[in-house]
Amino acid sequence: MAAPVLPVFVGRPTASPQEAANWTPRQVAANNLRSIVGRAYPRVRGLTREPSWLVFQMALPFLTTSSFVFVYRALDAPPAYIGFVVIGGAMTAFWLNVVWMMAAQLYWEKDQGNLELYFAAPMNVMSVLVGMAVGGLVMSSTRAISILVIATFVFGVSFSISQWFLLVAVFILTLAALYGLGMMLASLFVMWGREAFHLTQLMTEPVYFVSGLNFPVGRLGFIGALAIALIPLAVGLDAMRQLAFVSTGPTGTPDPATETLILVAMTAIFIGLARFLLQSMEERARREGRLTVRWR
Amino acid sequence: MSGSIQAPAIDARGITRVYKARPADVTALAGIDLEVAPGEFFGLLGPNGAGKTTLIKILTTLLLPSSGTARIFGFDVATETKKIRRIMNMVAGGEQSGYGILEAREQLWMFSQFYGLGAREGWRRVDELIDAVGLGEQRNQRVSTLSTGQRQKMNFARGLLNDPWVFFLDEPTLGLDVSAARSVRELMIGWRAAVPGRTVLLTTHYMAEADELCERIAIVDRGRILAIGSPAELKRRVQRESIFRLELDRLAGGPASLARLPGVESAVAAAGAAQGTEADPRQTVVVNLVLHDDAALAGVVAALDGLGAHIVALAKSEPSLEDVFVELVGRGFDDEGESGRPDRGADAIEPHEAGQQDPEGSL
Repeated sequence: MAAPVLPVFVGRPTASPQEAANWTPRQVAANNLRSIVGRAYPRVRGLTREPSWLVFQMALPFLTTSSFVFVYRALDAPPAYIGFVVIGGAMTAFWLNVVWMMAAQLYWEKDQGNLELYFAAPMNVMSVLVGMAVGGLVMSSTRAISILVIATFVFGVSFSISQWFLLVAVFILTLAALYGLGMMLASLFVMWGREAFHLTQLMTEPVYFVSGLNFPVGRLGFIGALAIALIPLAVGLDAMRQLAFVSTGPTGTPDPATETLILVAMTAIFIGLARFLLQSMEERARREGRLTVRWR
Repeated sequence: MSGSIQAPAIDARGITRVYKARPADVTALAGIDLEVAPGEFFGLLGPNGAGKTTLIKILTTLLLPSSGTARIFGFDVATETKKIRRIMNMVAGGEQSGYGILEAREQLWMFSQFYGLGAREGWRRVDELIDAVGLGEQRNQRVSTLSTGQRQKMNFARGLLNDPWVFFLDEPTLGLDVSAARSVRELMIGWRAAVPGRTVLLTTHYMAEADELCERIAIVDRGRILAIGSPAELKRRVQRESIFRLELDRLAGGPASLARLPGVESAVAAAGAAQGTEADPRQTVVVNLVLHDDAALAGVVAALDGLGAHIVALAKSEPSLEDVFVELVGRGFDDEGESGRPDRGADAIEPHEAGQQDPEGSL
């Protein structure tokens, strides 16, 4: 068979396999950073490719938020409660993204055949998880900001913020803890295989409830306290509400500074666990064939 | 030894792999010893469930062997995974990797980032490879709209992004039409020939493909290597006599007159060929001739004059790799196994068996 030898096939950057295999720490770091960008790319690109997300991810959740606003208005609830619902609606975007496009994502990737290509590539697979998170953040932020701005304008929410810096810090830490949790769950879900879909559903509505997405979590008493200790959405939401509506008085939950520390601890624990679990998962998967055999 | 210059491209010793399963464990590999030299185009030939894909997964660091050791250019597949992943790549037949929402060019760029290419360098390399594999017109087409053949060409380009020293190809032409399969085979040959030292390990159950591409072949069945050699060497194992197909304008006395000649083991009319008769001399006579060795052919040709026959055509018949497989295994590629082991072995798992699809497009 005639075989065309094309110039692109000739050019090679290394003189031997040994030279190609030994990377400097700088090359390793660059590879991991580029992998983050590479994995974030399809998510960011997807925003412009499928404009239908404007309907499904903005208009529909806005309706849900609106229904709670009308309920509170009908009950003559304090005006801050409208703001609570709007912030909750905005944060829903991040939680949905964490559950569906972080926690369950490696499971879909395995099903598509991407997972084994990720593991067969030289980067640290944590880069893939971080890339997924970055891409997801861009997607969700667009949705969250849209809901926040539109709802604030439509329902006339007035914020009373005294500690801007702490509010921004809490928001960033909430996202870091949320996506850290998503990365951790991604490693677990890929091991549980087919159960991932059900686990994802299990983590949607119950978490909405215990996080006090549409009401102050302090109303839940012990369950609310437990949620604040375990679920970044619950603690982040509560801290942001306290900081954005200072006039609401005691909420029955820890003060924002304490909740900020809880978020810092959650971020460190979740990301640390994600790293550990991913390594363990890879080892176990290589041992048991779970990375490559799709029925396992 | 770690990453020695003199190391074989692939060196596997006593590799076994057992999958835990119910009701009984599945032994995918039952003791594989294999050495592939740098620069070699090596084939693993065997039916579904033979263990080919399992071996590739081990060599590409995705799976640990249950026992035994394997090295790629001296790097241990169990402990030096990162080094191996920098110098190898893999493409499988029917691969559906990536994201359908991306264009072909974008998808390849995404993968280029996983191999450490800079952003601009990645785009440049992607464009070059897209042209090289003949996807120029589809470069801005969404991956989800590519045909099977186009998709496999794109996968092939993905596999070349990092300029691997070892390229693992697992049934790369599976499901492709004749033209697309030929195109992929040409690319494989062209890429390997471009730089000395590039090594290809190809698994296939297409015998003609293995015969055409591979310098050496290992015939694998039920987790064991049954034979290793060049295609010609393997064929010689099953061909103990010389077999010729002889077409004559006429033959007085029929094939039996040839069977009596020295060195001729048998001479029989070829099945299915029209045979000339005295009544219809326009038809030629076709005889399958089995000789002790090639040297006996000279005596047959010399005797034909005396029998009033002239040669219309003469061809030496060679056994196929399928004949080799049947001889070694005692059954054909498509036959059921005899041990009760399911045909769907460890490397015959269909994609998408797991069911659920990503509701948000798997981005």
